[in-house]
Amino acid sequence: MMSSVSVSSEAPKDNWLIERVRWIDPRAGTDRIGRLLIVGGKIAGFDCLDDDVPQQVNRYDGTGLIGGPGWIDLATELGEPGREEDETLATGLMSALAGGFTSVVSSANTIPAIDTPASVQFIQQKAARTGLARVYALGCVSKGRHGEELAEIGSLVEAGVVALSDAPNPIDSNALLKRALEYCSMFDKVILDHPEVTSLSYRGVMHEDMTQMILGLAPMPAESEDLATSRDIRLVEATGGRLHLLGISTAGSVELCRRAKSREEPLTVGISIANLHCLDTQLRSFDSNCKINPPMRSQIHVDACREGLADGTIDIISTGHRPCSLEKKMQELDAVPFGMVGLETAIGQVVTHVIEPGLLDWIGVFQKFSSRPAALLQIPGGSLSVGETADLVLINPTDKWTVDAPKMMTKAYNTPLHRTELTGRAVATFVGGVLKFNLA
Amino acid sequence: MDFHTAISSGIAPVWQHQHLLGVEDLTGDEITLTLDLAEALQVATESGRNKLSLLKGRTIANLFFENSTRTRNSFSLAAKRLGADTVEFSSSGSSVSKGETFIDTAKTIEAMGVDAVVVRHATPGTPHLLSRHLKGSIINAGDGAHEHPTQGLLDLCTIRQQRGSLKGLTVALVGDIAHSRTARSNIWGLLKLGAKPIVCGPATLVSKRWEKMGVEVAHSLDEILPRCDVLNLLRIQFERQSTRPFPSVHEYALLYAMTNERMLRSKKDILIMAPGPINRGVELTPEVADGPHSVILKQVTNGIAIRMAVLWLLLGQKEPGKGNVSVAQKDSKEESRYV
Repeated sequence: MMSSVSVSSEAPKDNWLIERVRWIDPRAGTDRIGRLLIVGGKIAGFDCLDDDVPQQVNRYDGTGLIGGPGWIDLATELGEPGREEDETLATGLMSALAGGFTSVVSSANTIPAIDTPASVQFIQQKAARTGLARVYALGCVSKGRHGEELAEIGSLVEAGVVALSDAPNPIDSNALLKRALEYCSMFDKVILDHPEVTSLSYRGVMHEDMTQMILGLAPMPAESEDLATSRDIRLVEATGGRLHLLGISTAGSVELCRRAKSREEPLTVGISIANLHCLDTQLRSFDSNCKINPPMRSQIHVDACREGLADGTIDIISTGHRPCSLEKKMQELDAVPFGMVGLETAIGQVVTHVIEPGLLDWIGVFQKFSSRPAALLQIPGGSLSVGETADLVLINPTDKWTVDAPKMMTKAYNTPLHRTELTGRAVATFVGGVLKFNLA
Repeated sequence: MDFHTAISSGIAPVWQHQHLLGVEDLTGDEITLTLDLAEALQVATESGRNKLSLLKGRTIANLFFENSTRTRNSFSLAAKRLGADTVEFSSSGSSVSKGETFIDTAKTIEAMGVDAVVVRHATPGTPHLLSRHLKGSIINAGDGAHEHPTQGLLDLCTIRQQRGSLKGLTVALVGDIAHSRTARSNIWGLLKLGAKPIVCGPATLVSKRWEKMGVEVAHSLDEILPRCDVLNLLRIQFERQSTRPFPSVHEYALLYAMTNERMLRSKKDILIMAPGPINRGVELTPEVADGPHSVILKQVTNGIAIRMAVLWLLLGQKEPGKGNVSVAQKDSKEESRYV
């Protein structure tokens, strides 16, 4: 495999001819080898004639690579404002680019939480100044994410939030969620909920099962999630509001969602990539990087989630990127915050655990990571049609590499995948037709 | 077995562990070795009247982040009877509230030149975390509900002392299994030495999942009582329970307290054990605690012997002050970059 870049000093930065790439268009459902022309940051043509290629163009020979619309991550924690020790917009967005993500939907669990138009503007402006990946802001469902009263959702929508979410907190109050679903339907915005009944998972550290019993760590039972999923589905039915389950992880949730979708409820379902392959037994190491939420579950749940992904019950995969500084992760397990970083290892995890075992093909994977999230949030992306903004990723699907956590772009590098071998990674990421990341 | 015979016969060098983190990590042979050494050391120290100098020049730190009097004193005495020095550190609050991380506290203590750190903490896995950051040996003196290996070993030691062997004995652990580190350490040891463990208590505190580990699960003490050779009555861990798992102490005592009346329905030679501190009237009545079947105080005595054996196994075969430098240096370099 030989890919090479030839940048012309005269050509505009957003004119590219990317050749000999296997292009995946998840919206059109096509998978074909050819060349893609970008002019002025927009997709200008596919397999166009030499005569149609402008004189001033940069060239990328992507032999052996897979290309498609840039990936979009949901509810990504980018640290700012307030948690700069974990991540900054700059490090988080560099990490996104290195992972093949051209758009990131930033979580509202900042300090202060994103519950005012001013805080939305802070994110938008500061992210734009970095000149890296695109950022779309989430706004809070409840004021201060306290789960008590509705945030000023109308003002947040006007300020540009693409969806509402209290994640990583669940919306514990049934009354609040019902009201929020009704209220958000006025703006046609979706609520992203983290399904968890906290009274059942109070102070929990890991999935309740054999390993948890042996280690004596506080349990997070599967039914804590099942009940929340069931409640969310029922309230969607009752209100007709739009809801996306951010990360499910249990066999019970998968089955509940499968049945709800067969009734064509306006429900979409997401999963964090770790929950498609990480097992609760990994906590045997007491590695605090394995403390995530939803927790690593046991085999039966992971198998059910994989089945749900393959049969279309699960619509969207996200990275579950929750950076957490070293000093926080060095505490006792009870005190350690939940989370692992995921942007830079997403493609590797997907190729290794989804593509190679034959769970999904590349069109399926691009749907879960780009066209479906774009459609859910009604934002650009997920398509290679002419005229679309050229937010693209090129992937080397056969590159075997070993995760070296401290060398990642993300600031906190908390991942249980350190020293793990993965197959597949992003080699180039274009935002608006400009090459923003190139794995040299 | 005489202690010096034990060493010279070459049994001791089979011990390969740098740390004692849990009974789960030990083989049946290693457990037996520890019990043998404990008995030999008890004889050699004449139950405390004779102080040995096997660990002369070594320093052992007691790092207790949770309240303890008996375990801490037991470790201190064990160290002193082998000629080691001890340094005491206790803190009731968590490291977070103190503003210093738990690891920094431990590193500070280690920098004072200690060879082994005995650690107790409310969170499972903290000794394991320390073992990745410190050079010396780590001894788990109880990590949350996970393990309390020296307690498990001393319980095994006490049963073996009374019965000669654990093979085939039915040993019931009664009470709050969910939150008990003592239960877990006992279960591993009992399984490895061929005993038949039963966990017995309210369904809210005893998981059916234990059956998958080869442990019998029971909710009625009266049902299992006639079959038991040993009862180990665990303390109700009020401090670890987030919601009350049974309606009242009164009801608990009604169902699970070992009383004189229940003694009448037990085997004639039943052993009554309790890891302590005991809640008299809750897990057992005073008459049973102080009765002829009770070996509760023998457990305390054996605790010192077990802790001497463990300290010697971890430190006795190494040069003073060097810990396990060759291993530790390599690890600490790696781990300081990344946890």
